[in-house]
Amino acid sequence: MSFKSHLGRVRGLGSAKEGSGHWWSQRLSAIALVPLTIWFAFSVAAHTGADYEAMRAWVGSPVVAALLILTITAVFYHAYLGLQVVIEDYVHHEGVKVAGLILVKGACIVLGLVGVLSVLSLLFASSQ
Amino acid sequence: MDVKGSRMAKNVTGQGRPLSPHLQVYRPQLTSMLSILHRMTGVALSVGTLLLVYWLAAAASGPEAFETAQSVVGSFFGIILLFGWSWALFYHLCNGIRHLVWDAGYGFELPELYRSGWIVVGASGALTVLVWFIAIVF
Repeated sequence: MSFKSHLGRVRGLGSAKEGSGHWWSQRLSAIALVPLTIWFAFSVAAHTGADYEAMRAWVGSPVVAALLILTITAVFYHAYLGLQVVIEDYVHHEGVKVAGLILVKGACIVLGLVGVLSVLSLLFASSQ
Repeated sequence: MDVKGSRMAKNVTGQGRPLSPHLQVYRPQLTSMLSILHRMTGVALSVGTLLLVYWLAAAASGPEAFETAQSVVGSFFGIILLFGWSWALFYHLCNGIRHLVWDAGYGFELPELYRSGWIVVGASGALTVLVWFIAIVF
């Protein structure tokens, strides 16, 4: 789906040089996160005080593990897109800005990966 | 305020005009407060993911690490953080839906902006109370 006008397509991708891609990705991840965060918040609330076995049994369900991985992926993608805009808006020193963007992107990738691998490890541990 | 400041643009008559609202002279109102709160809760939630990933990684590491994580999360300071984050999550969620409605082209009239703004305030508060009610009862 393209939001670019015919004129816009001819002249290029605008001042940001990337067109509407960022905006559209932010909206898509936001729409995905509406049901996912509601499910996550209320599921965690219903499991307060759960012990290790209960936690392992909960994440051991493929449906729960899939929803958790989708939530983690969408959260870190959406967080990166949002933090990127905040840094671009408020950090005016070019070097600090680029360093901040790289740091935030790296942190989102590492945290997302650790989260997904934790869910997978709980899923496979419970099936043994 | 220095009218020759860097965030001024010269218009055709050569006068400096502000490029964006100057917060120092901008009267606080519901619309602007909710707008900045959306960014603030977004940044706070990003920081909050650290605890979420720690909690998941602890669960994946075994019973002892999970026990420690549960006591950190269940401590007084942990509960305060969780309460703040739960409200931030529901605020960002509700106001995010408000943004999606705007993106679809609806709700730009001033009375509608205030109505949707107050709905977001009420709904985020109600959802926070509901999720903590469930957390305490179940």
